[in-house]
Amino acid sequence: MAILKHGALQPNDWLTVADDAALPEGKPAVVSLDRWLKERDTLIGRNTPIGVKLKSDQSPVALKEDLERLALIVLEFPKFTDGRGYSHARTLRQRLGYKGELRASGQVLRDQYLFMDRCGIDSIEIADEAKVDGYLESLGEFSIWYQPAADRRPTVRALRAAKRTEPSGGSAVVRESVAASWAY
Amino acid sequence: MYRYDEFDATFVAERVKQFRGQVERRLAGELGEDEFRPLRLQNGLYLQLHAYMLRIAVPYGVLSSKQLRKLAFIARRYDKGFGHFTTRQNIQFNWPELVDVPDILDHLASVEMHAIQTSGNCIRNVTADHFAGVAPDEIEDPRVWAEIIRQWSTLHPEFAFLPRKFKIAVTGASHDRAAVKFHDIGLKMVKNEAGEIGFEVIVGGGMGRTPAIGPTIRGFLPKQHLLSYLEAVLRVYNLLGRRDNLYKARIKILVAATGTQEFARLVEEEWARIKDGALTLPAEEVARIERYFQPPAYEKLPAISTELETAKRGDATFARWLKANTHAHKVDGYSIVTISLKPEGGAPGDASADQMDLIADLADEYSFKELRVTHHQNLVLPNVRKQDLYALWQRLAAVRLANPNVGFLTDIIACPGLDYCNLANARSIPIAQRLSRRFNDFQRLEEIGELRLNISGCINACGHHHAGNIGILGVDKQGEEFYQITLGGSSKDDSSIGKIIGPAFAIDQVADAVENIVNVYLEKRTGQDERFLETFRRVGIDPFKEKVYGNSQARRPAAE
Repeated sequence: MAILKHGALQPNDWLTVADDAALPEGKPAVVSLDRWLKERDTLIGRNTPIGVKLKSDQSPVALKEDLERLALIVLEFPKFTDGRGYSHARTLRQRLGYKGELRASGQVLRDQYLFMDRCGIDSIEIADEAKVDGYLESLGEFSIWYQPAADRRPTVRALRAAKRTEPSGGSAVVRESVAASWAY
Repeated sequence: MYRYDEFDATFVAERVKQFRGQVERRLAGELGEDEFRPLRLQNGLYLQLHAYMLRIAVPYGVLSSKQLRKLAFIARRYDKGFGHFTTRQNIQFNWPELVDVPDILDHLASVEMHAIQTSGNCIRNVTADHFAGVAPDEIEDPRVWAEIIRQWSTLHPEFAFLPRKFKIAVTGASHDRAAVKFHDIGLKMVKNEAGEIGFEVIVGGGMGRTPAIGPTIRGFLPKQHLLSYLEAVLRVYNLLGRRDNLYKARIKILVAATGTQEFARLVEEEWARIKDGALTLPAEEVARIERYFQPPAYEKLPAISTELETAKRGDATFARWLKANTHAHKVDGYSIVTISLKPEGGAPGDASADQMDLIADLADEYSFKELRVTHHQNLVLPNVRKQDLYALWQRLAAVRLANPNVGFLTDIIACPGLDYCNLANARSIPIAQRLSRRFNDFQRLEEIGELRLNISGCINACGHHHAGNIGILGVDKQGEEFYQITLGGSSKDDSSIGKIIGPAFAIDQVADAVENIVNVYLEKRTGQDERFLETFRRVGIDPFKEKVYGNSQARRPAAE
């Protein structure tokens, strides 16, 4: 399974470890939320990057106190029609202030990628590497955004406000109103 | 009405281009039907019994004459010459070819229309009072808020894959014409004690398998917080709504299972976190949208038109139409006109391309180039001078569009049913046709008075049968169509859900059963001013039951 992150395919450095398997020595590992909650202290003491994978019915609020210790959180999309992960992503980014990598795994289709990106997911697992161009293309399909989300795209309200004050305000006004539209 | 600016136009063009690509990938076999399905659905494209069906959004029911002419063009070029106006103020075309749909969307974009989110498990096209902006009982124009919601919900990245579809309705009037208590979210503009205007927020109403009248979760929401509050409701629903069972996935089930109070608490808790952020509506933004909905250049006219009074006295047929199909306007000298799309023997809500063109011409001549689509599946000319009503009526009558039956028994709401829909269990249109023939005596309709009759071809209740004073639901019993009748539903201020009268009827028994029900009402009512619904509530279901089943005329289905 390849990882698409920041516009390019990347090898997956992370090993997803089953609950009953031993953790690999010196390698970044992803564990389930259950295991994290059970073995938290041991896992923190391990001194190697650690990540947690959440099922779509598990709230990321359970990780509230641990976010700075986690280098990766994986959100599972068991079916593309299960949209809970989008709310989990925004909760992590905008409410809890999670700064690490946020990855989507499971059924992640091309036409969901843009929504994920807007909600703050910054890497996805792709089943078919040959389709990577389509995924990247999908991020460029729109230039107008009607609502603030967890990304830094300017909302249409910011663009309209900037247009109203031009030309006197110029790009400083754009920057200012764009910044205001991020303050969710 | 709202006009696209450069940003809206760019967005819709990008959306059409995206969908064109998706269709190409589907036709090339790169996308399987399972993957294509949610994509086409979020562009309003269904796969029906015989063909694709394209549902086009008419945002909150407001339509310009130019847009209606474009719909007529699409009906002629890509369909079989007609379109079907729906109970959600939209229009459907039943016969487009998949390969043509991107072109149709291009045509729509040229008149600032689209089919975005008219289907799929997302926030659907927002509906509103069809008399918005012209009704005398209005506190504030709901179109402004419906447009604000339309923009916010458009391609909302968090809410594109909800547990189930999500419908929002807004009314700004004291009388509810938008059925706000039967929506996932109903918004009713209200004044608080301080005299400020805000929203009463109703959540968890709906039709379908489990009809529910939505409870109020907040009595007064300040206007500037509308979007953050909606976002909080949607987030709670997205996270907690059931996804294991299609039939239990609507928000009404979540609200009922959680309890109204606890659900409201969850929403308020989420809202408290986001309420003063980027979703807060600045006054300038609201004012900007309001400018689009400024009233047209009304003339100063006397409240009573002598021309109209003379015409009314001289022509009884016209007077009858005037009484049933026109409504009080907030401006002196003007009327609101409903054009009934319920002719004798017709399919409710259908309009031919020629009719659409003609109605567009009439809107140009008589109503500031604007129209409305009602959730009763009729069209409205919202701004007609009283002195023009007689001439307008003559033009309508010449093409058989002057049926004086608005609000009466034959003003039937009906879904497309098994004639088109692949979810249906039974046909709806033939029932509507039979009833419209049986009750085609306008004097009798007047005598019966206000009576809402709604027909759905299956339990999904697109024909709003639960909210009909008389509701008819098509069911399938071992391959045969049967029809269950409910009594006492209403979607007005006095909302209620209809009660089942008894065993279902075969198709050729339905008109007789309705006739019997009407006769019981006429016999029992205290006078002509006691409406069917009031009589039913006073006397209960038993007298109706006795009359309808008394001689056991109804064939009992083999398996009940």
